[in-house]
Amino acid sequence: MTKLHCIFMQGVKKPFREVIDVAWGDAQGAGIKPLTFVRQVLAACLYPQLLDSNRLPTDVKQKARGLLSECHGGSMGSYTDLPGIPQVAREISEYIARRDGGDPPKTGNIFISPGSQWALQNILNLLVHGHGEVRSGVLTPIPCHVTTIESLHSLGGVSVPYYLSEEHGWELQMEELNRALEYAKQVCAPVALYVVNPGNPPGHVQSKKSIQDVIRFALEKRLFLLVDEVYQDCVYADNVEFVSYKKVLAEMGPPFSDTVELASFHSASKGFLGEAGLRGGYVELVNMDPDVIKYACTIFSKDTAPTPGQIALSVLANPPRLGDPSYPLYEMETQQMQTMIKANVRRVHEVLDSLPGISCQPVEGGAFAFPRVDLPPKALQKAKEMGMEPDTFYCLRLLEESGAFITPGCEYGQKEGTYHIRFCIRSPGDVIEDFLGRLVTFHTQFMKEFS
Amino acid sequence: FLSYTIDEYLLDTNLSLSSLTASRRGLPQKKMSENGISRPKVLTLDTMNPTVKMVEYAVRGPIVQRAVELEKELSEGIEKPFTEVIKANIGDAQAMGQQPITFFRQVLALCSYPELLNLDNTFPEDAKNRARLILQSCGGSSLGAYSPSQGIDYVRQDVANYIERRDGGVPCDPDNIYLTTGASDGITTILKLLVCGQGIDRTGVMISIPQYPLYSAALAELGAVQINYFLNEDNCWSMDIQELQRAVNEARQHCHPRALCIINPGNPTGQVQSRDCIEDVIRFAAKERLFLMADEVYQDNVYAEGCKFHSFKKVLFEMGPEYSETVELASFHSTSKCYMGECGFRGGYMEVINMDDDVKSQLTKLVSVRLCSPVPGQALMDLVVNPPQPGEPSYNCFIKERTATLSALAEKAKLTEKILNTVPGIRCNPVQGAMYSFPCITIPDKAIKEALEKGQQPDMFYCMTMLEETGICLVPGSGFGQKRINEGFVVMTILPPIDKLTILLNKVKEFHQRFTKQYS
Repeated sequence: MTKLHCIFMQGVKKPFREVIDVAWGDAQGAGIKPLTFVRQVLAACLYPQLLDSNRLPTDVKQKARGLLSECHGGSMGSYTDLPGIPQVAREISEYIARRDGGDPPKTGNIFISPGSQWALQNILNLLVHGHGEVRSGVLTPIPCHVTTIESLHSLGGVSVPYYLSEEHGWELQMEELNRALEYAKQVCAPVALYVVNPGNPPGHVQSKKSIQDVIRFALEKRLFLLVDEVYQDCVYADNVEFVSYKKVLAEMGPPFSDTVELASFHSASKGFLGEAGLRGGYVELVNMDPDVIKYACTIFSKDTAPTPGQIALSVLANPPRLGDPSYPLYEMETQQMQTMIKANVRRVHEVLDSLPGISCQPVEGGAFAFPRVDLPPKALQKAKEMGMEPDTFYCLRLLEESGAFITPGCEYGQKEGTYHIRFCIRSPGDVIEDFLGRLVTFHTQFMKEFS
Repeated sequence: FLSYTIDEYLLDTNLSLSSLTASRRGLPQKKMSENGISRPKVLTLDTMNPTVKMVEYAVRGPIVQRAVELEKELSEGIEKPFTEVIKANIGDAQAMGQQPITFFRQVLALCSYPELLNLDNTFPEDAKNRARLILQSCGGSSLGAYSPSQGIDYVRQDVANYIERRDGGVPCDPDNIYLTTGASDGITTILKLLVCGQGIDRTGVMISIPQYPLYSAALAELGAVQINYFLNEDNCWSMDIQELQRAVNEARQHCHPRALCIINPGNPTGQVQSRDCIEDVIRFAAKERLFLMADEVYQDNVYAEGCKFHSFKKVLFEMGPEYSETVELASFHSTSKCYMGECGFRGGYMEVINMDDDVKSQLTKLVSVRLCSPVPGQALMDLVVNPPQPGEPSYNCFIKERTATLSALAEKAKLTEKILNTVPGIRCNPVQGAMYSFPCITIPDKAIKEALEKGQQPDMFYCMTMLEETGICLVPGSGFGQKRINEGFVVMTILPPIDKLTILLNKVKEFHQRFTKQYS
């Protein structure tokens, strides 16, 4: 990640005015404004004197008072107990019930943490035997964002890749899962399957049928399902819908619904909130052995989520509703965001489709576009001479010549002989337009230079 | 408010999904699979990572669970011999009524909702300026953007400046500063780097007994060997080099000692190490080739006459290049303690000294797995290391609040020592610093017998009984590694407001006398 940035920072000729950074899935970092309601509630909780003024809408004050009343000493500065601020845990539970139907999960099955990756690492910690002759393995997708893999490795676990099928819209294919598992058994003791839906970096959204197939596979092969659903609110394609693994699992009935062990992760860092810096995430555990849950409690109790992050989760789970004073503004802000990002996605496809040597599978959801770049042999040769991966070379040149900062596919894994780039589409429209302009100019020149 | 006990968590967790499907399909509940055999789970106690089983985190252990249960019962109107449960076990100042620093909360509110910057009279100018500076240093000028994994540059620079000022000019490189999710995150991360090897080469980490259970929990989780060194109760819990030597010599027979952890001011003992002692420890670490980990989160909490906080780094550098250029040190600080008491924000930092460059790259990689520490916590840390200065509009209020909090703590430290030492069968060392008293209680033989019959450590039995009879929740010393038969230790915070603390201490006194009489 920082390799490119470091090379850039060492001082490079700059034929552009400023760097445009669309490398990370950081909406607010890219310039998208936070939702007003979240920040008003947060400010009121931080400085309760604001509750006495008439600066803030009544529903903001009500929510802030409610949250503070459940904090020890009435303050955000106190530690919170294991389930977090009780109201937040309840709201998450109710949110899950609204999303999936059925009864709200027991709050004892919901663990709040400083971001979803922290929760994921805690669950991996329960699953993974990191020392000894046989180490635990987790099937992980290729391409995949780096954090989970590094997290797994830091626990001594083995990541066993399964390739998503680019030609089929980055679909997860069962034959490939089977192949990966058979291979895994030779090198480790496979214990879990990690799925990202909607995907990162590829922006595919899994179909219900695909989810059912994976659940059947998990039951049959005795794998714990780790499902990263942080982009569940980021769906753009018209004929596509996010459906949670938990919902599909429940609808499949026994033996699946009461057997398959599932951990589902969500976060306030993505979606409409985009509050990555506040570090609010959670995991919902389904069908987990109650004796193991006791140990999960110990591990999670060491590091509960920071209170600002919990407040963000509270708004994620229980946003303003029709009739609330803050609803019109909330609705407008979220609609505007969705409209803008959908427009970004359209523009990205429009532009990429018109560029020879670049192709992009439909971005159905998530935060990124992950197009494939068909690099000519001369470019491959030059990259080799420079001792870097071809797509890293492409991205470095892009940065040097146009000031656009993106990341190369090699950092996420890709099929041998293919090259990709990743950039974030959850950015303000003008930023995307600027970026696309720079990309087009650069790409055309680059392809010409190396033809 | 209501909390859940661990046992409640277990209710119907497995059935929730099948009850959902059964009710949706109008079918009776089925726990078994179709061929009548209940399938074993993938993740059970047997298949779980074995190191997790070793983890016991006493500060939120069984006695705290029971306290939570009792709170619930009280709220349900069940009668008890007390009207409230007092959780006097955890160092959570604001939970006990300590007020946050106004300036800090003002700046954080402004950073969260910058619209407030446009309001004329609500916030002082210096608070607004700080908020603007902090926001400028954040991506997208927002607390909601990710920061670099090591932390916001501007904040790390301010932390470095603070350390230089604190340590009388000893230089601090911001590149050695990592902003962490509370101090515990930093401590766990460094321990992760240090733990390696198999069998006799397995990393051993020296920790003081009595200790703060985070360390033993972290070591258990990492599968490291815990090497206990005992603090000297008779000398106000000071570190004793002979004892350190004994511990390390013995440890070398079965593991590879690689690190030495010190908490100064101490938790739970409150001792403030003398400068000479710190020098001795540094020499010892150099000689035995140990990585020093200095947990200094209580650095502003020093109360006793003649006691002063000396940072390990300052002493290290004042010992000259033979030590300052070789001894590897990580020191930790946090927004949770001192006069701030802002535990909920999970703000902290660590400074690493003389760390091997390659290892430092690995450290940087490790912290990136967390993405970044909470940005509000980073902003708060910036304010802590760079508070209002004389002449600034918020200065008077700030200094008044800070002084009031610290002097109240000093008063409470003295009061605790005084009252507890009037009780026959309780003796309490002076609380030199930090936030806890750690009195030694004599437990009558009959009580010990009953405890062992119940399968409990005597001091756990004592604390459980106290909880049931008075609603006061203290943590027994056995959770902190001390194990003696007729004496136990208990940890009690000094944090409640002084009038409440007085009542608390007298209730403890009454309980102890009753307990002693009952079991004599």
